[in-house]
Amino acid sequence: MSNNILELENLSKYFTTTSGGAFSRRKGVVKAVDSVNLTVAEGETVGLVGESGCGKTTVGRTVIKLYEPTAGKIIFEGEDITKYSRSKMKPLRSKMQMIFQDPFASLNPRKTVGSIIQSAYDIHGIKPAGGSENEIRSLLERVGLNSEHINRFPHEFSGGQRQRIGIARALALKPKLIVADEPVSALDVSIQAQVINLLDDLQAELKLSYLFIAHDLSVVQHISDRVVVMYLGKVMEEASTAELFAAPRHPYTKALLSAVPIPDPIIERKRERIILKGDLPSPMNPPSGCVFNTRCWKAADICRTTAPQVLQISPKHNLACHFPE
Amino acid sequence: MKPFLQVKDLCVAFPTEDGQVKAADGISFDLNQGETLAIVGESGSGKSVTNLAIMGLHNKSKTQISGSVTLNLPNQVIDVISSTEDEVRKLRGSTMSMIFQDPMSSLHPYYSVGDQISEAWRLYNSGSKADGIKRATEMIDLVGIPDAAKRVREFPHQFSGGMRQRVMIAMALVNNPKLLIADEPTTALDVTVQSQIMQLLKDMQKEFNMAILLVTHDLGVVAQVADRVCVMYAGKIVEQAKIDEIYYRPAQPYTVGLLQSIPRVDQFHGKRLTAIQGQPPSLINLPQGCSFAERCEFKKHVTGNLCTEVAPLLEEKADSHFARCHLSAAQIQDLAKVAK
Amino acid sequence: MLKYISRRLSYTIFILILISLVVFLIFALLPADPAALTCGKTCNPQVIEANRHRLGLDVSVWQQWWRFIVGLFQGRTYGEAEALIKCPAPAFGYSFNRHECVTKIIADAFPITLSLAIGAFIMWLSIGISLGVLAARFKGKFVDRASTVFVLIGTSLPTFISGILILLFVVIKFGLVNPLDLGNWANPFTDPLGWLKTFFFPCLTLAFAYAASYTRFTRSNILETSTEDYIRTARAKGLSEKVVLRKHTLRAALAPIVTIAGLDFAGLLGGAIITEGIYNLAGLGRLSIRAVLVDYDLPIILATTLFAATFVVVMNLIVDILYAFIDPRVRVG
Repeated sequence: MSNNILELENLSKYFTTTSGGAFSRRKGVVKAVDSVNLTVAEGETVGLVGESGCGKTTVGRTVIKLYEPTAGKIIFEGEDITKYSRSKMKPLRSKMQMIFQDPFASLNPRKTVGSIIQSAYDIHGIKPAGGSENEIRSLLERVGLNSEHINRFPHEFSGGQRQRIGIARALALKPKLIVADEPVSALDVSIQAQVINLLDDLQAELKLSYLFIAHDLSVVQHISDRVVVMYLGKVMEEASTAELFAAPRHPYTKALLSAVPIPDPIIERKRERIILKGDLPSPMNPPSGCVFNTRCWKAADICRTTAPQVLQISPKHNLACHFPE
Repeated sequence: MKPFLQVKDLCVAFPTEDGQVKAADGISFDLNQGETLAIVGESGSGKSVTNLAIMGLHNKSKTQISGSVTLNLPNQVIDVISSTEDEVRKLRGSTMSMIFQDPMSSLHPYYSVGDQISEAWRLYNSGSKADGIKRATEMIDLVGIPDAAKRVREFPHQFSGGMRQRVMIAMALVNNPKLLIADEPTTALDVTVQSQIMQLLKDMQKEFNMAILLVTHDLGVVAQVADRVCVMYAGKIVEQAKIDEIYYRPAQPYTVGLLQSIPRVDQFHGKRLTAIQGQPPSLINLPQGCSFAERCEFKKHVTGNLCTEVAPLLEEKADSHFARCHLSAAQIQDLAKVAK
Repeated sequence: MLKYISRRLSYTIFILILISLVVFLIFALLPADPAALTCGKTCNPQVIEANRHRLGLDVSVWQQWWRFIVGLFQGRTYGEAEALIKCPAPAFGYSFNRHECVTKIIADAFPITLSLAIGAFIMWLSIGISLGVLAARFKGKFVDRASTVFVLIGTSLPTFISGILILLFVVIKFGLVNPLDLGNWANPFTDPLGWLKTFFFPCLTLAFAYAASYTRFTRSNILETSTEDYIRTARAKGLSEKVVLRKHTLRAALAPIVTIAGLDFAGLLGGAIITEGIYNLAGLGRLSIRAVLVDYDLPIILATTLFAATFVVVMNLIVDILYAFIDPRVRVG
């Protein structure tokens, strides 16, 4: 039907928490992800942004089924994989890979770079043409490392290089979709740009699709074609990057954008900031109605009682707000 | 009038098994009352090490410190480096205070926030415990935590990250310090909370007329609050100037590279980012010439092997604009325009 | 806080009931017939059955258990008419072997065990914590290295060796205590010196082993805590090293010791079998080991087992409550 590689339909992931002793067990439900709709087209980069606790990481992990979804559908290449068992997922796993925030924590310190990437082949029983060692060497070169590094251990690399190893491992199985969870936020500024450029190049070359999860709006704006803004488990706004950043319609998006500092002192001096009052509410106990109403300067009675639906306001712009800007 | 804080030729070195690590090398800068100086650099550039030396918080048995950190106070002039541990301790929390990157772990989990603030106040003021709590309540109110009378009795784990950083600020300011060192104060916070905290710091600076030494890697935050900037690389200051000079007329290739490599939320160009290639050098084996030479794009415009053989000095390239480069400010600015 | 305590209290009572039930079931499943054991040389099935009835063993395990519980609160009688034996509440049973109520037997043995436990506890805490603090404060210096030697010896010498060594080479060689006086009970309130004579060395023996591991634990906890961010904050406030250590580091570093110390103490209250044996102390440890190995005295075994278990459970409760006072993060949960 479409050229969407990934479609999420009303995807929800709830976590139950228990507290108390043997007798008084109170159960709490955290709606980490609540009815999220999202699509990623082939070759497209979709940015998923929001502050801590908004559920963006949970979306990423549910997509590659590290978590079982509570409700909704995950459709990958037209196949509904929501209910797929582990064994049925296995062949699909090579097509969707994940890159993590902390490259060091996700690399086995006792294994050489070569065997870390080799294990990706072994798990899926793939024997690359031309021998796996040659393939690994060319992968390393491809991500901007020296092919001589194949026998080194992760601790011998800097943060940026480790992230390149993580990318090489993800690319080994020739995936179609990469879920990148804060891939550059642990890196130094000068290294960030290198890795972003690498991700850009790889996409152009290998026709990859990215679900790019990050809190840094400047980075997301740079790399994404489309952006989805989440807050407390819900989608607030979704639009093409140009439209979202030029003309945000949701008060939360607007506040978020206005909070991002711009490395330009003259602009900063003139800038009017929307300073949101208060803190992020606890996801255990989200506000009723629109989840953003406690911090929104436009909140009216309807916002406190009725959650707004995500509605299409223009061909590529969806919004969940009673009083859009 | 002498500047309030004068750092001169500060060197901090750690002896390690693999050799001496010069974490900060020849750091010099001044800071005036009411002014904000930002120290910008990446991890390992020596920015935090410099601050801990100013606060006298390095373990002297494991660190070699030289140079001077002079505080010109109304009734005394004191050098932190050559003073005794006890003399420096009496400056901490009274004349100079510090807030840290991670507010989650920087407060003691077993004491109520009121107790912790009151402890800082009673160290330099004679007053009962009740007076201390009263003062703590005022401070908590001042830093914008609602319902201060109730929250003063609560414990750190009952506060969110942003609120904990407010508590840290309240504690740092309880004795009206002349200098506040803020070490990556918003790095661990969400962006909407970050802007709240930066606004709070600005307001507090006006209220107390204090000098702020802001340590950060975020050039956006710097543009928001700083009056002057020091850019650090591999333990050295590579450029120091007024804020607009740094952003609009950078005179050092590393600064140029940093400014060009960050994407901006207000500009959408869709082009590749101009990245700085390579990695920062190891502090144990610093190259003989310029520390940045290996990664420098402009090196080819310098005649001969000057960059790899001779380390450039921090020179005044324009009016109170210092930079460490063999090229002139004008040359670098021309080259930067081309690179864009 | 009150809610927390009452919740934990109800939980503790539940566990105690469960433990008593399990202990009863274990004894019911044992192959030995306690009624047969009470019967002397002139044994015949009638006597056994009569004894079984007198012991209250002729009903189901559940009923036995229920009678035991009722007995705890109301007291119990065994036998009838002229042979009536009365044990007042709290009745833990009757030892036909010793012809005494178990409650009385335990009440006699417990002060000895309690003396030993409290004395040792105070010793090892004061030695262990102060040595650990010193070792951490002067890390790498002489005190630290000396404490390492102490820790090594203390943890590797079992009490049955250290106890005998102390007995032979200190107590007897230097004639500090008349060996015949060893094990004599003296009331610490009326005869403190006599009490000390009996208990100082047994306490030392026990404390020696515990103090070593507490030294190690304290040292490593302090060193770990001193790298915490909030300790740096305390220094940045201008507090002196002494105050930082006393108020900030120790508070956090010693909190986990409360848990360990409480449970170690509770374990000792059940009886220190080896130390009591070496120093000839008639405490709970010796009582239970005799009941198991010599007399096969089931009511006593039952009672001491329950007793020891109760101490552990109750101490657990106390530790949890104490911990909630120390660490505010526990209170909310």
